[in-house]
Amino acid sequence: MAIFGARKFLSRTFSTLSPEPLRVCIVGSGPAGFYTAEKMLKTHQGSQVDIIDRLPTPYGLVRSGVAPDHPETKNVINQFSRVAQNGRCSFLGNITLGSSVSLAELRELYHVVVLAYGAESDRVLGIPGEDLQGVHSAREFVWWYNGHPDGANLDPDLKSTDTAVILGQGNVAFDVARILLQPTSELATTDIASHALTALEQSSIRKVYLIGRRGPVQAACTAKELREVLGIRDLYIHIKEADLKITPADEDFFGVGGWGCCILGLWLSNERFLESYGNKGYVSAVHLEKTALKGVGPGKQIAMGTGQFEDLACGIVLKSIGYKSVPVDGLPFDNQKGVVPNIKGRVLSDNSGDPTLLENGLYVCGWLKRGPTGIIGTNLYCADETVASVSEDLEQGVLASTTSLPKPGRGGLLQILDDRNIRVVPFSAWEKIDEEEKRLGSLINKPREKLTKWDDLLKAATE
Amino acid sequence: MLVSRLSRLGFRVAKELSRGGYTYTSRTRYRQRPCGRYQRSLLELLPETRAFQGAIFQKHHDFSTSASNNASEGGDEQKETISVTFVLKDGEEMHVRVPIGMSILEAAHENDIELEGACEGSLACSTCHVIVMDMEQYNKLEDPTDEENDMLDLAFGLTETSRLGCQIIARPELDGIRLAIPAATRNFAVDGYVPKPH
Repeated sequence: MAIFGARKFLSRTFSTLSPEPLRVCIVGSGPAGFYTAEKMLKTHQGSQVDIIDRLPTPYGLVRSGVAPDHPETKNVINQFSRVAQNGRCSFLGNITLGSSVSLAELRELYHVVVLAYGAESDRVLGIPGEDLQGVHSAREFVWWYNGHPDGANLDPDLKSTDTAVILGQGNVAFDVARILLQPTSELATTDIASHALTALEQSSIRKVYLIGRRGPVQAACTAKELREVLGIRDLYIHIKEADLKITPADEDFFGVGGWGCCILGLWLSNERFLESYGNKGYVSAVHLEKTALKGVGPGKQIAMGTGQFEDLACGIVLKSIGYKSVPVDGLPFDNQKGVVPNIKGRVLSDNSGDPTLLENGLYVCGWLKRGPTGIIGTNLYCADETVASVSEDLEQGVLASTTSLPKPGRGGLLQILDDRNIRVVPFSAWEKIDEEEKRLGSLINKPREKLTKWDDLLKAATE
Repeated sequence: MLVSRLSRLGFRVAKELSRGGYTYTSRTRYRQRPCGRYQRSLLELLPETRAFQGAIFQKHHDFSTSASNNASEGGDEQKETISVTFVLKDGEEMHVRVPIGMSILEAAHENDIELEGACEGSLACSTCHVIVMDMEQYNKLEDPTDEENDMLDLAFGLTETSRLGCQIIARPELDGIRLAIPAATRNFAVDGYVPKPH
């Protein structure tokens, strides 16, 4: 106590010589979190930045979302680990916002709190049969093959059917389709989770349908993903020629920022899932209605039902219609859009859009701010904007200066967590996990063999 | 301009897919090598598609190998360099000398110029996006491959003379080239809407 008191005294006396650092806490260690940290460290030379994550492993979707057969996309991890190794930055894993520490507590401990925890839930179709066994969210399926500890027990049944239906035509849908159909000999030398590799080796799935409500032009995948899937050995792509006609209305769509991607589309909208007669509780088919596009404005077309229906038999359905963020206590949230209401990253107190009602010191970045769209690089610009808002607020005195309001920061956080018996995993402990995974991988010609259970991760972190 | 470019891309892909009527079969093996720093991953393209430019791949050496190549050719310690000017986001100009064979991305990093390179030169991102400031200089560059175009299409602030910095390799003909680093933030809106580039 005496030391803390002395520090406060000293910091006031010598405030011009050694100013109190700006203490920043970033919740979420994916691209949004790390790009924010990097920009913050660069822009505010005295700042101390802590990045917390509920997992013991950093990097968010770069580790658990990017497909195993896209290793180059993960190269950005090298840049992020350099940020984590900066003397003014600390990665602290195994800390869950809401249970380990509350948002209110973080706002007391730090001058600036940036929420960058992404979207860990799914949009719901809201149709009958959605709860049938065999209907999974693509997000969980991706977690499963990428060895995320919360996805390890998914245990999808790939053996009792030859047909999978994926709802959605974005990049995630393509990733999932590719992983389902890629020759497992190719996957065996990637960092795919071993339980997934085993299941895929025994898989009987030979046909994958990608279903979209609108046409090829509106598909959300990018050209790279389509080009890639066309090049896979022994993989046949079927597309109805009629679907490839590009109309003048489609040209309009190109013009407003969408990139065209012609694709394996059945223009169908999902009505309901049909339950298997033989196997109660399991999905056996998808009941679909054919759609047609109707122009409703310049560059905007929506899908309308045509009254023609068809049933598509399948044994597994993966919903890839979009991720959704999860709110926490004390956080204003727009349930409709699934994001935190904000202006340029500054969190608003409610959904009214009133720009004068701001949550002081609270910011957002990444999917929690913009919705679950974009690529890794999109977060670069998102982080720039959020950090610019922080800088502006500091300059204009919206945020109290650090000298007038010193905060406990990292020390205070670690004290609280210690009192609650929470085992914090610092970056050096992640490096132990990293080494162990690489070591295990080297034994079987893989870049790494991921540890997929919470216990194993925490054990490796402390050894 | 960009609209026509995207339309061309869409039509190009549509044409590829339309070949052979209802079904499109692919018989080419898909292979991907793990990437080293600044090395491109190789992708064997379908024989029907254009732009499998073997020549481009040969040029993309790891910096250390190009150094030894040049040394064996010229035999002298002083490697040939070209002059490159980077125009930064705030308008400041930086003149640097870049050894022949080095990529623009590497050159930027060697000179502490703020050019992102998230995927480290493996055509898996668009963060090293640069704008060639002179149309004549842009035309001196070899055409981008489909892979580069795919990534460029996702870049913020895309222009007619945009390229990825990791794919521009210094050659004598490019001496004096001027490259602008796009100030992406002015094109970025909170709701994710990307305005039509002008």
